[in-house]
Amino acid sequence: MSHPIQAAEFLQDQAKSKWHDETLWFVRDKRDKISKSVPEWENLRDLASQIKDNVLANLGKYLEEFEKNAKANNIHVHWAKDAEEHNRIVLGILQEKRCKAIVKSKSILTEECHLNPYLEKNGVEVVDTDLGERIVQFLNQAPSHIVLPAIHLKKKDISEIFHEKLHTEKGNEDPDYLTHAARIHLREKFLSAKVAITGVNFGVAETGEFVVCTNEGNADMGVHLADVHIACMGIEKIIPKRAHLGVFLRLLARSATGQSVTNYTSHFRSPSPGKEIHIVLVDNGRTAQLARPKFKNSLKCIRCGACMNTCPIYRRSGGFSYESTVPGPIGSILSPGIDLQKHSSLPFASTLCGSCTDVCPVKINIHEQLYEWRQEITKAQPDRAKSLAMKIANGVFAVPFAYNLSGNMMRGALKILPDSITYSGLNTWGKQRDLPELPKESFKDWYKKNRK
Amino acid sequence: MSSRDLILSKIKAVPLEAKNLPTIPEFEFEGDLKARFIASILANKGEVITKAEFFSLLDSGVFEKVYSHIEDFSSFTNIKITEDAHQLNDLNLAIIRGQFGVAENGAIWLEDQDMGLRALPFITEHLVIVLDSENLVANMHQAYDRIGLQESGFGLFIAGPSKTADIEQSLVIGAHGAKSLRVVLLNL
Amino acid sequence: MPENKKHIALFIPCYVDQFYPKVAIATLELLEKLGCQVTYPMGQTCCGQPMANAGYERDTVATTKHFIRIFKDFDYVVAPSGSCVLHVKEHAPAIAGMEKEQSELHDKIFELTEFLTDVLKIENIKGSFPHRVGYHASCHGQRGLRLSASSELNQTPFNKAKQLMVNLEGLEWVELKRKDECCGFGGTFAVSEEALSIQMGKDRLADHQAQQVEILTGGDMSCIMHLQGIAKRNGNPIQFKHIAEILNEAIS
Ligand code: SF4
Repeated sequence: MSHPIQAAEFLQDQAKSKWHDETLWFVRDKRDKISKSVPEWENLRDLASQIKDNVLANLGKYLEEFEKNAKANNIHVHWAKDAEEHNRIVLGILQEKRCKAIVKSKSILTEECHLNPYLEKNGVEVVDTDLGERIVQFLNQAPSHIVLPAIHLKKKDISEIFHEKLHTEKGNEDPDYLTHAARIHLREKFLSAKVAITGVNFGVAETGEFVVCTNEGNADMGVHLADVHIACMGIEKIIPKRAHLGVFLRLLARSATGQSVTNYTSHFRSPSPGKEIHIVLVDNGRTAQLARPKFKNSLKCIRCGACMNTCPIYRRSGGFSYESTVPGPIGSILSPGIDLQKHSSLPFASTLCGSCTDVCPVKINIHEQLYEWRQEITKAQPDRAKSLAMKIANGVFAVPFAYNLSGNMMRGALKILPDSITYSGLNTWGKQRDLPELPKESFKDWYKKNRK
Repeated sequence: MSSRDLILSKIKAVPLEAKNLPTIPEFEFEGDLKARFIASILANKGEVITKAEFFSLLDSGVFEKVYSHIEDFSSFTNIKITEDAHQLNDLNLAIIRGQFGVAENGAIWLEDQDMGLRALPFITEHLVIVLDSENLVANMHQAYDRIGLQESGFGLFIAGPSKTADIEQSLVIGAHGAKSLRVVLLNL
Repeated sequence: MPENKKHIALFIPCYVDQFYPKVAIATLELLEKLGCQVTYPMGQTCCGQPMANAGYERDTVATTKHFIRIFKDFDYVVAPSGSCVLHVKEHAPAIAGMEKEQSELHDKIFELTEFLTDVLKIENIKGSFPHRVGYHASCHGQRGLRLSASSELNQTPFNKAKQLMVNLEGLEWVELKRKDECCGFGGTFAVSEEALSIQMGKDRLADHQAQQVEILTGGDMSCIMHLQGIAKRNGNPIQFKHIAEILNEAIS
């Protein structure tokens, strides 16, 4: 299904889609306010963008440096060229440890690799421990937002599924009550897991450490109680120096949720005595994206989600309408690089308003890349009729005489055709919008009479 | 070819123009560090209290099982700490010392030796961090200047209690980790 | 030579020519009232934006060449549309053999309000317009040409349209709840994502209505055509005018 159909469906429930729009707008508004309380905000965006440019220009070098330092700190480093290899590596570690149940904190990369179904198929119980992710996992859904996984759900939905899965009181929708129930349920999982999986926000080449940010503390609860910590990291998550964390951490939480920093920012450099840390460095299409000059900047993303919160389309169509792991504006420029055919409607799911580009903390030119993907898609999928129509239009517009003719024809047709046709299903513009009233003459005609 | 070499060779094959790393300027900070730090902790849903206030809280006996990782309050420790963090599951209060705090966001820096067990500040029901108000820096750049490249297996900024807003964006304190953070600010 | 003695070409987007001649007339009269020497080159056509945004930039080479030929000899090119100006500057394909003309054109083409404030250096316009006015910042003017400060950025507030209108006698300038959210027009988007486009338009209208806006104005008729179409269909009494019409009426 393409985006327009999904979006129209989401808009069917007016009350809910309005809530979705207003709630995410509220998050964006908080981000606007807090970003304006930092006088050097725009400098920080410039710095972050420049650091990431440098990373992309030296990615190989930094990855090797990271690997060397991480190994020196007793971290096991693995490399995966694609999702399949990533999943195999993770399963291999679990099998070696004879581990049948794991806890996992938020990692968009493991969503991208579809790790959960893979592990489950191989007999491993996976418990997502971020509250929002646990909720969608109970419902057999994917997260609809990269920072706010359950933003598409109302507390009524959550109360129902908790009643079913955690035996909470029927009809009790109090967020405190429901969160407390999840706390008790997940505490048990934390205490029994031998292996914990996390994502990675930043990997530091200079030290071989990696950083994980959460508000719930779920990543740390998992890894500090388990014997083995597996961290899954996209190769673009690398930054050169520790000092650069200062720049990114000032931007990340403010952009994401409008808070000044996440309540926990954990730096993993070497395992506790007797424990193990594994890191899996994953390509899965990233080097291919790096090789596309117009689109390589999409790899600068730090997954703050701000472009989703600000996007007037995302807010009104919901994360699932994108049918890709990363939804919203950034998803719409990443996904076509993975599967052009499947995601061809996404770059058109935008008015090119540019708000995403202006909120992005690393200054990715998102809306310009949407425009560029459109050019690629029309080339790769020559919808011949459309292409031909455009060619004719180009010819017409290029020749003033022909243009006049067609303009007059256009206005003539609008006058002649009865409303029933102009406003019929043939004319999408007119379904829910009136057409402009027709003037007696065009400006060109007026000008000839009045100024020459 | 191993996947490692494959990935690295693919990267090498991409022609990329050189891009220099920027230098991070020193950003000025306006206002009073202490006031700003306290405001930040409050915004993160933590609390700032004095040593005296903390003593009377301890004396009131609201915390059943207490562990202090620092000398000052070790007389209140009433449990035995083993190597196994799982034993801490019913700990009500942990007391640790923070190295320094960051005024712009309330983040407090901790390393392995400040926690003993890495799980301690997370698994405890309530957390108290003792911090000298002389040890405040303005922003995260100064924070990383101060940390430098010092070696610790684990480093951590804590800025508040465990929290979530995953249910309809309503803020709930006490998701998985500590349900409260109190910062005892010394030399106020 | 003072700026207003230079020779200005009027660039009128094709749909304005066809559907909104009064906006083109107002633009012309306004510039003339401000002492400018203005010509409307008769041979002009569409700038190619609709095709380019639909993914067919490569098919607009002929259009672009024609555009450059028509406008290259003027000192300035002024259009009552931020969107078309942005297209000419940023998305028109590079034309081999016309590099110099094309790059000069990019420097001398202006959207109407930025021409008034930045080239003619008009601080404010004297006149009267006793109405409650809501301003729709079209995205291409807003974030493309930077005609006013973006709510997303940490920058000193400014707004070129407001600067021109706010001192008109009797004019009440309305602050919106979402001051620069997209209206959902978006060219092909209006048709290909019809449901979203309509919802976005309705939401924008509701914001203006909640602030009791009498006249909704803006610098791009494409957004206004969309908003007006929805308003009319739903019996919404709000009125619509291009900013050129307001300024032109106000000075007369
Ligand atoms: S593209 Fe930019 S705004 Fe969007 S998630 Fe990535 S970093 Fe955040």
